[in-house]
Amino acid sequence: MATFNLSVNGKNMTVDVDSDTPLLWVLRDELNLVGTKYGCGIGQCGACTIHLDGTAVRSCLTPISAAPDKKITTIEGLSAEADHVLQQAWREHDVPQCGYCQAGQIMNAASLLAQNPKPSDAEIEAAMNGNICRCGTYNQIKAAIKTASQHL
Amino acid sequence: MTTFKTTYNRRSFLKVSAVSSGGLLLGFNWLVSCTTDKQQINPPSEWFNINSYLSIADNGQITIMSPNPEIGQNVKTSFPMVVAEELDADWSSIIVKQAPLNTDWFQRQVAGGSQSLRQGWDGLRMAGATARQMLMMAAAKRWNVDLSTLKTDAGMIINANGDKLSYADVAAEAAKLEAPTEVKLKDPEDYKIIGKSTANVDLDNIITGKPLYGIDTKVEGMQYAAAQGPPAFGQKLKSFDDSAARQVKGVSNVFKIRVPLKEEGRFVDKVVVVASSTWAAFKGKKALKIEWEKESAVESSDFHTQTLKALLNKKPEAPVRNDGNVDARFAEADEVVERVYESPFLPHNCLEPMNFFANVTADKAELSGPVQTPEWTRSRLSESLGMDEKNISIDLTRMGGGFGRRLYGDFAVEAAEISKIAKSPIQLLFTREDDMTAGTYRPAILYKIKAAIKDKKITAYHLAEAAVNSNMYYIIPNNYPAGAISDYRVDNVKYDSNITTGAWRAPYSNFLASAEQAFFDELAEKLGVDVIDLHLQLLEESKKTYVAVKREEDEAMSMVDKKTGTEEEKKQEKEQLQQSFESKRGNYVPDKMIGVIKLVAEKANWKKAGAGVFQGFCVYYSHNTYVAEIADVMMEAGKPVVKKVTVAVDCGIVVNPVAAESMAKGGVVDGVGHAMYGDFAFVDGVPQASNFDKFRLIRTSEAPKVDVHFVKNFDSPTGLGEPTLPPAGGAVANAIYAATGKRLYKQPYAPLLEKVLG
Repeated sequence: MATFNLSVNGKNMTVDVDSDTPLLWVLRDELNLVGTKYGCGIGQCGACTIHLDGTAVRSCLTPISAAPDKKITTIEGLSAEADHVLQQAWREHDVPQCGYCQAGQIMNAASLLAQNPKPSDAEIEAAMNGNICRCGTYNQIKAAIKTASQHL
Repeated sequence: MTTFKTTYNRRSFLKVSAVSSGGLLLGFNWLVSCTTDKQQINPPSEWFNINSYLSIADNGQITIMSPNPEIGQNVKTSFPMVVAEELDADWSSIIVKQAPLNTDWFQRQVAGGSQSLRQGWDGLRMAGATARQMLMMAAAKRWNVDLSTLKTDAGMIINANGDKLSYADVAAEAAKLEAPTEVKLKDPEDYKIIGKSTANVDLDNIITGKPLYGIDTKVEGMQYAAAQGPPAFGQKLKSFDDSAARQVKGVSNVFKIRVPLKEEGRFVDKVVVVASSTWAAFKGKKALKIEWEKESAVESSDFHTQTLKALLNKKPEAPVRNDGNVDARFAEADEVVERVYESPFLPHNCLEPMNFFANVTADKAELSGPVQTPEWTRSRLSESLGMDEKNISIDLTRMGGGFGRRLYGDFAVEAAEISKIAKSPIQLLFTREDDMTAGTYRPAILYKIKAAIKDKKITAYHLAEAAVNSNMYYIIPNNYPAGAISDYRVDNVKYDSNITTGAWRAPYSNFLASAEQAFFDELAEKLGVDVIDLHLQLLEESKKTYVAVKREEDEAMSMVDKKTGTEEEKKQEKEQLQQSFESKRGNYVPDKMIGVIKLVAEKANWKKAGAGVFQGFCVYYSHNTYVAEIADVMMEAGKPVVKKVTVAVDCGIVVNPVAAESMAKGGVVDGVGHAMYGDFAFVDGVPQASNFDKFRLIRTSEAPKVDVHFVKNFDSPTGLGEPTLPPAGGAVANAIYAATGKRLYKQPYAPLLEKVLG
């Protein structure tokens, strides 16, 4: 076990875990931030997507040892008032069905829009292709990202 | 207005002591409010319980319990909408709560068969209408006026003078009244909530990452558990060495458990690791050294294909449906067309892997988690734990998908067994690999379809199914084209395997629709007619059968009405009668099939879609809903790409349009995805994919645009969780044929296309 100081959603936090523990499980089990989801554990589904210094990463493949000097943002900290342009667009399109993948979809899309506020359809597809929606809400996700993009 | 007797399950209108009972197990708040702000400004100080679904607070808020499991099909929103409609409430005053399993209060707390809304419809409407009536009765007493002089509007009771009382004003008095024996239901034309797109009640919690799902459960003192089962079907546990696993920091216990599989009487031994965190449990599980040994046959997919092909040529003694004389028609035919269609096993791959919370002590078992069948699961728990059902509670969480996998509560029983041995509250979590390799798969199925053509007409139709473990449900032989072809036969044969199989979204029809509708596409080509015209001709024939049988059926039904007996007894008798008549006609209304066919042809610009667009058509009736789809395929870099699917649906009243459209789209994307890419093979009992690197699920770049159109009518609503999936594969196969000239007889299509197109 080792002690790690983290910056999560703007707050400094300390955890005592093995250095190989993926951030996913640190967030979920140690910090009670369960919005970040486990889907595959091998970086194939995107349900665990968070931001490290504003860039989308798969938290299931990111060990805590890679995080201490970086700012971690999770779905819980994406916006203070749940009013990120994507969250608003998600409301407008009523995107989720089961909803399980949606935090990862939003975090991945937020990273995309931060780098490219006006993505083309092809750019949205390329950026979002690593995020599986088992319910098949892809049409609605794309539409919501387009809507959000129009407000940027 | 429709008058409805509330004798239909009176127990749901029994007074209950508190709405919150049974829902307090977990350490977080389940309440999802549509009035968060109001709640903070003016919190309710007292709740008045009107019936098992409904409580009204003194501040005007109304709690509606949603009894059915939510797997993404929107029942947690659409069920309360139906209650609120008949209550004539203002939707913004509604708080929705997920009800725990409670068979005294609710009926059929199941998510399956696309039946939630269809079977819940009457009970939900009565819950709302009864409560409205009781509130009006209380107001009539207060004003000392006749009940018939009162009306309601958006949570207010209004008398002839225009005076108003809110539901909250009279809730205390209403709660003391006996439920009326007869209630008036609204005319669908007067609906204000039903038919209006309404936001998912969990939406804000989903998009802000609040705990909602089983996997999010946290309870004081809870430990995490992971279990390792055999790597192959046909193997069992021989021995294990847990010394390295016990060295993993956080691991507190390692032991063997025996848990029941889906099938009665079959068990599997697993090695369980209990730890202080999920990661420690997973690491401990990886550190186990386990020896497995052969228990029974270890089977491979090649063997299944050969076995099923051989079975297809074996004529069973009794057909499951046999109209006319198929053999005679084949003997006199000008041409006989015969094709074989193959489909693989499929895992469900719910994105939230199987998990469950359990806290089992000497005298009670508290469980919570994602399960589609809490009532059945409780009975399995009772058997497994040797505990009376009344001491077992199950709270329902939102589910990260179901698709049929969560119909089987094996994971809940497993969690309970682990908690019992570990003497601790535990959260069992399957790794993705556990989830994919220890599934209850869609069984591999082959269909042989044979048609007789005489004088340019289809004169006979013979469908034979060879399946692993289980054959089509008894209602499926009555699906279209039953009733449309007078000489019609369906045969079922199966092979019993030790691979666990079960229901997978739209069981049987998920592939049968593709096979049959690709067959009709080929027949139409042979007959030189447009496939839509062919179906319309067949449905005209079906109408004749339908009309003839229906006359007899209506007479039989009216005889039941004249009998003495309860409404419930009559309802059951009518259902049985209907089934027997459906085996003489089809189980569908031909005019409704025609309706969706014409609508989709119009919306998709059938045969007029423009240069470079190749279209494929498919129509199917399943789960009481009518769906027709047209897929548009374009060639890109020499390969067919599914660009768009147009869908026409007749599901009766559309309760929540935004959610219904979403569900219809999702079913199509799922159907296209599995038809194109879904493959799951076994070699010596070992699944050849264990995660999403090997099992290909459809991704956003491959998902077609889906354009959904609903037939508008006021028929009672039917389900949407499954019906748009079955036609998708057939529409795609037929469109790919139009684009490439290649007929596809085996799913998944993508690897097959690689072979034939290079």
